[in-house]
Amino acid sequence: MNKDISGKEQFPGTIPRRDFLKYIFGGSLLAWALSVLYPILAYLKPPKQPEVEVNSVKAGKASAMEKDSGTIVKFGNKPVILVHTASGEFKAFSATCTHLDCTVQYRKDMGLIWCACHNGRYDLTGRNVAGPPPKPLIEYRVLIQNDEILISKNT
Amino acid sequence: MKSYFTKFYNWIDGRVDLSDLVEFMGKKYVPVHSHSMWYYFGGVSLFLFIIQVITGILLLLYYKGGPDLAFESIQFIMSKVQFGWLIRSIHSWAANLFILSAMIHMFSVYFEKAYRRPREITWLTGMFMFFLALGFGFSGYLLPWNELAFFATKVGTDIVGVIPLIGKPIMIFLRGGEDVTGATLSRMFGFHIAVFPGIFTVLLGIHLLLVQRQGMSEPFRTIEEPGWEKKTMPFFPNFLLRDLLLWLIVLNIIAILAVFFPWELGKKADAFAPAPAGIKPEWYFLFMFQTLKYIPGKIGFFDGEVLGIMLFSFAGLAWLVIPFWDRKSQRGEKNRLINYIGIFVIIYIIILTIIGWIF
Repeated sequence: MNKDISGKEQFPGTIPRRDFLKYIFGGSLLAWALSVLYPILAYLKPPKQPEVEVNSVKAGKASAMEKDSGTIVKFGNKPVILVHTASGEFKAFSATCTHLDCTVQYRKDMGLIWCACHNGRYDLTGRNVAGPPPKPLIEYRVLIQNDEILISKNT
Repeated sequence: MKSYFTKFYNWIDGRVDLSDLVEFMGKKYVPVHSHSMWYYFGGVSLFLFIIQVITGILLLLYYKGGPDLAFESIQFIMSKVQFGWLIRSIHSWAANLFILSAMIHMFSVYFEKAYRRPREITWLTGMFMFFLALGFGFSGYLLPWNELAFFATKVGTDIVGVIPLIGKPIMIFLRGGEDVTGATLSRMFGFHIAVFPGIFTVLLGIHLLLVQRQGMSEPFRTIEEPGWEKKTMPFFPNFLLRDLLLWLIVLNIIAILAVFFPWELGKKADAFAPAPAGIKPEWYFLFMFQTLKYIPGKIGFFDGEVLGIMLFSFAGLAWLVIPFWDRKSQRGEKNRLINYIGIFVIIYIIILTIIGWIF
C-alpha cells in the first residue's frame, strides 16, 4: 500500500493514504445509513398515549345486579369483571386473561370465571385453577356505598 | 387480422428481440411420471394469488379503515354495493384455498425432496411466501373489525409478545401500542395491502424465474425403475392448457363456495365485551391453538405458553432450512427419516385441527 515504485515502504508508522480514505468513506457511509435508519425505526415505535389515571369507577346499583352473575366494567381503558356471587358477595378482578390477553367472563354453570379463548378457569378469588393461565387475576376492591357499586384499585 | 398481429409482433421484436424467449418457450418440457399431478399445485396457488390481488383491489374501492368505519364499510359492501357480497366472499374463500393449495404444494415438494440442490433458493422463497401467506391471513382477518377478529388479533399478537427479549417490542410494533386498538387496525391494513404484497411479488418473481431457469424437479424413484424412459410433455401448449383448465375448475369451485356459503361478518368488535364462547382462529392456525390449550400454565420454571411457542418457532425454522440439513437427499440417497417427519407433521396437524374444530 504505502510503498514507492521500488517497493520500499514510505512514511513508516503512518496510516497509508488509501486506508485513511477508506475509513473516511466507510465511516461516512455508515453514519449516513444510521442517520437514514434512525428516524425510520423511531417512527415505527408508537408514541406513548397519555393515559387517564383511573383509581376508581362507579359500576351501577348493587340492587340492580342479579346474584350469580357477572359483567364487564370499563376501568379507564382496561376491562374489569364484576361478579355478584351466588352467596351475595361482590368481587372484581382484572378481566384480562393472564394467558393470552383475551377478556374473561363469568360462567354461571361452573360458578367460575372462564376465558373462551383457551378454556382457562379462575375461581372466585381470582386464582387460576384450570387450563393454561399462568397467573391469577389481579383483584380489585369493591365498595358498596348507598347501593352504589364502587370499584377501586387494591393498593 | 393476422397481419395486424404480425405487424405488432414484428414491431416489438424489432426493439426487444423476442426470438430467444420464443425459442425458450418452444423448448420447455415438463416431465411426465406418476407424480406429475403435484406439479399443478404451484400453478393453482399462483392463480389464487392473482384472484386475491384482483378482488383485493376491488374491495379497496369501498373499504374504509378505522374502528368506527371498518365494520360498517364491509356491511356496506355486503349489502349495498352490487355484487359486493360476491367479491368479498371470493376474497375470503380464495384466501383459504390459497393457503390450502400452498400447503399441498409445500408438502409435495417436501416428500419429493425437490428442495435438494440446486433448488434450495426455490424452497426458501416458497417458504417465505408461505409465511407471508399466513401473515396475509392474520392481518386480513382483523380488517372487518369484528368480535372474532379482535380477539384473534389480541391472542396472536400476545403470542409474539411472550417470546423472551424481542417479543415485547415486536408486539408493541404490531399493535401500534400496548393494546389492540384502531392503531392496530391501521397497521394491519398497511401490512395487508402494501408491505406484504410488495415483498410477496419480489419473492414470487424469484421463485418463478428459478422454476423456469432450472426446470421441474423430478423424483428420484422414476430414475431407479427398471425399463424407465424419460417421458415429457411440451410446456406450450400442452401443459399450459391443462393448467388453464384446472384454473377454470378452481374458479368454479370458488364461485360455488362464495354463492352457497357466503362469508359471515359477525358482530362488531367491542373492547369491553368478553371473548365469545366457541372462539376459534382460522383453520390453518387451529392446530397450534389447540396445542396451546393442552400445555399447562407452568412446566418446571418456564411458562407453558412460552415453551409451546418456542417449540413451534424452532420446528418452523428447522422446516425452513431443511435443504441444508438433509444431506442424504442432497447426495441422491433415499432419506426415510424425512418421510417419517413429514408424515408425523401431517398427522399431527390433521388430528389437532379436527379436535380443535369439533371442541
